[in-house]
Amino acid sequence: MAAGKKEPVVVTGLGALDKPASGLLTWVDQRFPLMENWKTHLSEYYAPKNFNFWYFFGSLAMLVLVIQIVTGIFLVMHYKPDAAKAFESVEYIMREVPWGWLVRYMHSTGASMFFVVIYLHMFRGLIYGSYRKPRELIWVFGVMIFLCLMGEAFFGYLLPWGQMSYWGAQVIVNLASAIPVIGPDLAIWVRGDFVVGDATLNRFFSFHVIALPLVLLGLVAAHILALHEVGSNNPDGIDIKENKDPKTGIPVDGIPFHPYYTVHDIFGVVVFLMVFSAIVFFAPEMGGYFLEYNNFIPADPLKTPAHIAPVWYFTPYYSILRAMVWNFFWIDAKVWGVVAMGASTVIFFFLPWLDRSPVRSIRYRPTLHIYIYATFVVAFLILGYLGTLPPSPVGELVSQICTVIYFAFFLGMPWWSRWGQFKPVPARLTM
Amino acid sequence: MSNDQPDDNGRRNAIVATSVVGGIGALCTAYPFVSTFAPSEKARAAGAPVEVDIAQLKEGERMVVEWRGKPVWILKRSKEMLDSLAKTESKVADPKSERKPSELTPEYCRNQARSIKPEILVAVGICSHLGCSPSGPFPTGANVALGDDMGFVCPCHGSTFDLAGRVWKAKPAPDNLEIPPHMYLTDTKLVIGEDKKGA
Repeated sequence: MAAGKKEPVVVTGLGALDKPASGLLTWVDQRFPLMENWKTHLSEYYAPKNFNFWYFFGSLAMLVLVIQIVTGIFLVMHYKPDAAKAFESVEYIMREVPWGWLVRYMHSTGASMFFVVIYLHMFRGLIYGSYRKPRELIWVFGVMIFLCLMGEAFFGYLLPWGQMSYWGAQVIVNLASAIPVIGPDLAIWVRGDFVVGDATLNRFFSFHVIALPLVLLGLVAAHILALHEVGSNNPDGIDIKENKDPKTGIPVDGIPFHPYYTVHDIFGVVVFLMVFSAIVFFAPEMGGYFLEYNNFIPADPLKTPAHIAPVWYFTPYYSILRAMVWNFFWIDAKVWGVVAMGASTVIFFFLPWLDRSPVRSIRYRPTLHIYIYATFVVAFLILGYLGTLPPSPVGELVSQICTVIYFAFFLGMPWWSRWGQFKPVPARLTM
Repeated sequence: MSNDQPDDNGRRNAIVATSVVGGIGALCTAYPFVSTFAPSEKARAAGAPVEVDIAQLKEGERMVVEWRGKPVWILKRSKEMLDSLAKTESKVADPKSERKPSELTPEYCRNQARSIKPEILVAVGICSHLGCSPSGPFPTGANVALGDDMGFVCPCHGSTFDLAGRVWKAKPAPDNLEIPPHMYLTDTKLVIGEDKKGA
């Protein structure tokens, strides 16, 4: 009696449900903003109509996140986070658990593919100026996701308890010991022992399967909410909200995310899964880049493998760490290495405020800028390549030069981003 | 009423007081959680001294024993190896073991060879950079990073050490390899983790 009679809720974008809503949907909508969210985030979220190849990687990152969570849940059912059993239990998954090898290879391939899509996704943001006002917070949340992922990858890498797991963790935890005064105690606190051991393995397992995934999901939600608040950028870097249909108030260059981009992204997913499956089935180790050969040897605290390198996605930062060999201002080179490595990731946060270019997209920037971006990308790739190699005097010099280019790109951006002759930006999207 | 000021101030003070007390409570609750990260009593208790027999160790040979979970190297240096220390004297960052002496070099080892007996080097094989275990000993010309000198090379970041565990200048590692407290029970029996002073 108190509820009274309500007009049926009319919905759109649900196909058959476009007609006066079914009873159940009305029932739910009176209690939970289901259709409201469906509209805000899918059927009435207007995205620019000119998304290109580079715009697949956001949804692909979500796909990989789901793959990692699902395969992770199944791996935890068989894995044992115990220094005496961990290596053995991974081999058990690979050899004895029915289809365990597939689940594990999906998880290990997913880890590398996560960084592939995230790096491409970040590169997209870089060339189209997607971090510029008003999208600064989307970018900041994104960089936090990136750092969180690096944490996930690092903590997860200890779990198989192979030689690379062990010595990689040893090196990275010891980064903390470079901090003056409190460093050595901090490293012991992080490890929970005087060397990497069972206590370290257990806490890393906890971070990897509980703590960081929760943080990651929260950050992904914040990333998407911020995106849907201000709207997507596009390859032209034009604000589509500035050109709305006077009658409907819908951006004339916008199309609803569903069905247009859901279908578009499903196509991306299909192609991606073909590549992903090919790797899982034919090259899960990827020549030692996805799964390092030394990690098939159980952890030995007494012997560091002759050649130790991180997995490929960390190698650019690892090269920057290795490039610092001088003592400045009475501070050890070791501290500078850690500072430089930390700065090389944290500097991404400041990108929205470093870029002073009058246009967003690289399409309307001077040719000079394309060369600058290209130099940065080449330096980043060289750093990545050198990070996979054993240390050498030539490599050291080249990585020092590339480190300088890396930082000059960011720190010089307030100046170089204003240089040159900018091209006129059109009022409407070019397809 | 004349004004609400006194009431509002009272409420504000109450809010501040509640927040402060609540904050202190939260910090006190955080303390045990943060503390669980520290090494357990079991981990602290481990680390008893280790006894090693080096009678079988040949010249130029290195053995590795575990002490407190870390690799401890015992290297029996030949005449040629000992002579190499004079050559590296000018290349190393801290030839006289003056840095952090109480942590890295016990008093009885503060000499060129950084050892009690000149030929026997006892050192913790953990690089002072980020904790990898260096490889070696490499003879002359066997490793690019060392050139014509003998020594150890850390596979992780390329720091080089001479055969007394002294770090080269301008390398990522800031310090020499740690010499653990040790003493000889007999001519060929060694205790690592304990010395006469400490006992």
